[in-house]
Amino acid sequence: MSLRARFRVAHPGFTLDVDLRLPARGVTALFGASGSGKTTLLRCMAGLDIPPGGFLQVGNDTWQDGAFALPAHRRAVGMVFQDAALFPHLSVRDNLLFGLKRVPAAEQRVSLDEAVELLGIGHLLARGPEHLSGGEKQRVAIARALAVSPRLLLLDEPLAALDVKRKREILPYLERLHDALAIPVVYVTHAMEEVARLADHLVVLEQGRVQASGPLGSVLARLDLPLQGDDDAGVVIDAAITERDTRWHLARAAFAGGALWVRDGGRDTGQRVRLRILARDVSLALAPHADSSILNVLPGMVDEVVAGDHPAVTLVRVSAGGVPLLARVTAKSADALGLAPGREVWLQVKSAAVLE
Amino acid sequence: MGSSDWLALRTTLELAGVTTLVLVLLGTPLAWWMARTRSRAAVVLEAVVALPLVLPPTVLGFYLLLLLGPQGAIGGTLQSLGLYHLAFTFTGLVIASTLYSLPFMVNPLRDAFAAVGTRMTEAAATLRAGPWDRFVHVVLPLSRRGFLTAVTLTFAHTVGEFGVVLMVGGNIPGETRVLSIAIYDHAESMDYAAAHVLAGSLLAASFLLLLVLYAINRRHAVVRP
Repeated sequence: MSLRARFRVAHPGFTLDVDLRLPARGVTALFGASGSGKTTLLRCMAGLDIPPGGFLQVGNDTWQDGAFALPAHRRAVGMVFQDAALFPHLSVRDNLLFGLKRVPAAEQRVSLDEAVELLGIGHLLARGPEHLSGGEKQRVAIARALAVSPRLLLLDEPLAALDVKRKREILPYLERLHDALAIPVVYVTHAMEEVARLADHLVVLEQGRVQASGPLGSVLARLDLPLQGDDDAGVVIDAAITERDTRWHLARAAFAGGALWVRDGGRDTGQRVRLRILARDVSLALAPHADSSILNVLPGMVDEVVAGDHPAVTLVRVSAGGVPLLARVTAKSADALGLAPGREVWLQVKSAAVLE
Repeated sequence: MGSSDWLALRTTLELAGVTTLVLVLLGTPLAWWMARTRSRAAVVLEAVVALPLVLPPTVLGFYLLLLLGPQGAIGGTLQSLGLYHLAFTFTGLVIASTLYSLPFMVNPLRDAFAAVGTRMTEAAATLRAGPWDRFVHVVLPLSRRGFLTAVTLTFAHTVGEFGVVLMVGGNIPGETRVLSIAIYDHAESMDYAAAHVLAGSLLAASFLLLLVLYAINRRHAVVRP
């Protein structure tokens, strides 16, 4: 059970050519600059564009295969557009019901109440869309897409049109969605912050081609992709809280490569957290230093060393118990420490942000 | 108003009603196609649809008379089939009025459909609505102002036509004699009082119709209150 998508779309000056196999559940981020073909790919999946010769399989259902193609309205797909696209002549409730009542009862797995509850829009049901804020509109649009009990949820830059405050307002709902849904979610974005917080799987598109596709942590740790500048390079790690130090307001987050002390965000032990560790917050040493202010020191082994954007800078990928982390050091230090693949080092993690 | 004037009023309303109905049926798909197509033929069609706006009605009426008359392609064919040609008939008048009022139906509808945009229909498609379902439940409600405008203008414009009627329909009471012709007759025979009654009523009725239309369009935006 997975998602298989193979499309070739040729427009003058632009060709999308992808062959993807995506996990059956969890959030796949389609990441790339504008014009990279993210939205085109999403539209092909939704059936809004049907390129000849494409192939799309969702779970056990084939939606497109050569000459056979289901039109959009026969696909069990939920789609959220960048501009929400709520029907202005219908109330929020009727917007939600529009899709729901067109789904045969036997295929309904999500009730109106569930969709409403998940997105926290119960108080908006009687309103017209023009009386909603941008963030509320998107929440309604997401609930509307969920209410058709989709087998594939597609989100086309749902936060792009919103200001930072509204984004922060919606992200928690998207995270809830991530935990609650047992279907594949494909999320188009060009914002690394959204990728870091929401994605499990990352597909990097550039000029219509797949540059990388894999689990978020391993793709983010690749040094051959122009994902972000040196300043923002970093990895995302899923960890679990194992201990809380109430005196110093710290929490211990354990993952396969060790454990890190992070700011205590109030989560109970046993809860999962996602950490973002930027390369610039990680330095390397050949021995663990006990006399440093840095709490988090992990053993690891150098995987790869590449030059940074500036000649003074070197980016190093280090494997900590199989989990890749990135470190940014000066080229001078890299030379002095003899950093090369296979070298055993100590990672000094100055800060790990808890994403929430 | 004499009985012949009442008859003319009835003929006028029948003509305008039938023409509007025919144009809703023909103009809706045409306007929909024009709003959505990327075909170059659309430009030609737009020009053809707009022709009645700029042509003297007598030009349109003249060619229609030739076409529908006993020697014309259509009228002649009908006659050879044992039917009556269409010149100076109510049916001929409906055909002429349909062409003459075409832009008043098609242009507002086309603009309304274009304003609905593809985003709304795409959203509806991803919500399991098929093409007809999308048109009925999304496009129609979102373009109802366009429909109101198109229907009102078409009706009013048909009531007000003169030149085309004169050429194609002539002046047969109960068949092709409409209000505008009746007014012309009264004025010709110096019966200004009778002309005033009809002309004044038409003026007042047309003004009221448009007033109501614009008031409704202003009050009831497409979005919900």
